[in-house]
Amino acid sequence: MRLMSGNEAMALGAWEAGVAFAAGYPGTPSTEVLERLAEYEEVDAHWATNEKVAFEEAMGAALGGARSMVTMKHVGLNVAADPFMVFPYAGTNAGFVVLVADDPGMYSSQNEQDSRYFAKVAKVPILEPADAAEARRFTAAAFELSERFRTPVMLRSTTRLAHTRSRVEPGERREADRQPFSRQVSQFAIPVYARFRRVELEDKLARLREFTEEFQGNVVDEGSDPIGIVTHGIPYQYVKEVCPNATVFKLGMLYPLPRRRLEEFCRRFDTVFVVEESEGFVEQELASFGIRNVIGKARFTNVGELSADLVKAGLTGAPVRPDFSTDIAILPRPPVLCAGCPHRGVFNALKKLGVLVTGDIGCYTLGCLPPYEAIHTTFCMGASIANATGFHRAGEERVVAVIGDSTFLHSGLPGLVSAVYNRVPTTMVLLDNGTTGMTGHQEHPGTGHTLKGDTAPAVNYEALIRAIGVQHVEVVDPWDLESTERAIRAGLEHSGPAAIIARRHCRLLPVEKAEQRTPYTVVLDECIVCEECMESGCPALVWEDDGPRIHDWECVGCSLCAQLCPVDAIVAAEVA
Amino acid sequence: MPVTNVLIAGVGGQGTILASELLAMAAMTAGYDVKQGEFHGVAQRGGSVFSHVRFGERVYSPMAPRGSVDYMLALEQLEALRYAHFVKPTGTVLVNDHRVEPIRVADERPYPENAMGFLGQQGFRVVMLDATRTALELGNYRAANAVLLGALAEFLEIPGEVWERTLEERVPTRLLELNRRAFAAGRTALTRAGGSTALPDATSSSP
Ligand SMILES: Cc1ncc(C[n+]2csc(CCOP(=O)(O)OP(=O)(O)O)c2C)c(N)n1
Repeated sequence: MRLMSGNEAMALGAWEAGVAFAAGYPGTPSTEVLERLAEYEEVDAHWATNEKVAFEEAMGAALGGARSMVTMKHVGLNVAADPFMVFPYAGTNAGFVVLVADDPGMYSSQNEQDSRYFAKVAKVPILEPADAAEARRFTAAAFELSERFRTPVMLRSTTRLAHTRSRVEPGERREADRQPFSRQVSQFAIPVYARFRRVELEDKLARLREFTEEFQGNVVDEGSDPIGIVTHGIPYQYVKEVCPNATVFKLGMLYPLPRRRLEEFCRRFDTVFVVEESEGFVEQELASFGIRNVIGKARFTNVGELSADLVKAGLTGAPVRPDFSTDIAILPRPPVLCAGCPHRGVFNALKKLGVLVTGDIGCYTLGCLPPYEAIHTTFCMGASIANATGFHRAGEERVVAVIGDSTFLHSGLPGLVSAVYNRVPTTMVLLDNGTTGMTGHQEHPGTGHTLKGDTAPAVNYEALIRAIGVQHVEVVDPWDLESTERAIRAGLEHSGPAAIIARRHCRLLPVEKAEQRTPYTVVLDECIVCEECMESGCPALVWEDDGPRIHDWECVGCSLCAQLCPVDAIVAAEVA
Repeated sequence: MPVTNVLIAGVGGQGTILASELLAMAAMTAGYDVKQGEFHGVAQRGGSVFSHVRFGERVYSPMAPRGSVDYMLALEQLEALRYAHFVKPTGTVLVNDHRVEPIRVADERPYPENAMGFLGQQGFRVVMLDATRTALELGNYRAANAVLLGALAEFLEIPGEVWERTLEERVPTRLLELNRRAFAAGRTALTRAGGSTALPDATSSSP
């Protein structure tokens, strides 16, 4: 028996099911599934440049006969939507599982998006586990299902499943036989043969509708209380917490739904509660079956994450106990850029220049918060450069696009190519911190290493950017405030597209952590209490009654605050 | 047999998650069903982090309902206030005597001065421990989480050898001795801070 998170258990389940190849792109809360899979020797696993690429790689491997998996967070499926919608027309050869992790409550996401609708549009079956033990079993079941119906299968996870540890009994790996690929173009060259495949897809769905009636993961817990509840996944745990004696229909397969069994179940009760997280997907399906005696989203919000408290409130009307914030000042604690974060120097320069900044997704998104407030838009990965082009077209003259290295390779590059092609004088600042910081330091094609820890060719950004036609390319050290500001200014003055590469490692990378650096200190006698240093927004710098102090255990000696000090009152500690 | 609910709260980087993993592992080894749910935002960049560890015969929800937590461990005072509504009226709150000023975004109110008094007024049994200083004296302020965990261990019926094995299994070798000593210091600090074993509701369950 082992204590495992849902993510670890899904990796275990895939390994046991004989998965041979897995690809993905990092995204909380899905990331650890691929990281854990990569720890198994038998599994060939790697990070792809983005989710569409990862999907197509895993899809190719599945067509080629190897059980394969692709992992992503919910918004990743937007990027991979194109192959996701078309692949079902052909159907897979070997088992193919698409792990998609939704993030109700947006703990680390830009939106709430219920992936079940995606699967319905693509006509792909969905399995959703309710705890780690089930995550292990359902992952194996997903591979079986995929091969039996030759369909991609969505394994849907949520933040709570992914990040909750519970007991799991591990099993053994069973190698899956390789299924040779047969070159039937009528099956796999979709655009030419789509009309035929379209009809077959409906037949397949009809067979899946029969399968779901028998699926063992759709179970009814008979209870003694005369109350009927339909639920799924993590909300099942809340339902059991609140009313352990209700009769509960727990759905393990979320699409297609077992219509006959649900009709029968709902006939047993005057009213049935549908307790589901995010949108009223099941509730809407039930309505489409003509089942009318259900109460769902009217009582259980579609906003944010559910909880036992919210389920109880929905079932009984009992109020949810408030926190103490009306009685005492519970100050918010927003996340901050780390001490010594190389992004900080760029924001300092951008703030001084007062330009309009289109941002992107990564740690640097925090640049929109005080004291910098130097990012003015952020939407989705890769948007910064193309958005900047649009602002130029709308008449804005000084626009800077800020983008991280992982994000640039994920989906920023096409925007830059378009800017060059269309002669838009965009200035891009590429924040090359040598890692995918936000999601916990994954390797990417620019870092020189793979997920398995092998060395790899690293993208040469300068050569790449020049090759697509950007003539003004400059590399700066973002710890050097003056040079950084000067470089961005020069980029803005250049008449065509310009690229500034701000290059310095993330402070949390092991190579950086291992390095001993001299912390800085404030010479209070010299300090004129002007608060300029606080503009750095560094968490190692705190304001006390008589002036600033530097926590020497947090300071990594980047010297940013010292550069901001007009009277040289901040010095390296050994000098003091 | 009722479920025991523990909430551990702190600031990103303080070891909140590791402490809750250790507790969850120890509870599993002691024979309980366990759920450990952790709650945090973007890769823990100094934000608020909390975790629920629940153990007993059968545990469902990863998060304990509000007003049901038996023991709250707070590595920082403001974080103790933030999650205090989860603690049950007779619950125990173990607080590290430590403050981390949050970065201000449109909230200029001062850091609350009377956090502990406030918690006491709610009827909770509040035990203040100087965990960060104790850990610093032992060699690394980051072991404050182990100090608090040691104090909690005084309230629970998890055998000492289970704790010992759990630390060995989970803590990296180079930090093991530090964490062992921090854990032991937490146990004695609690006895000094007013003891625990005399509390009637201190241990509400057994394996
Ligand atoms: C389509 C999509 N996939 C994945 C994510 C998750 N995610 C958020 S930021 C980020 C990458 C951050 O890396 P980088 O651009 O190098 O910036 P850093 O955090 O290192 O500053 C990822 C993968 C996302 N938000 N959207």
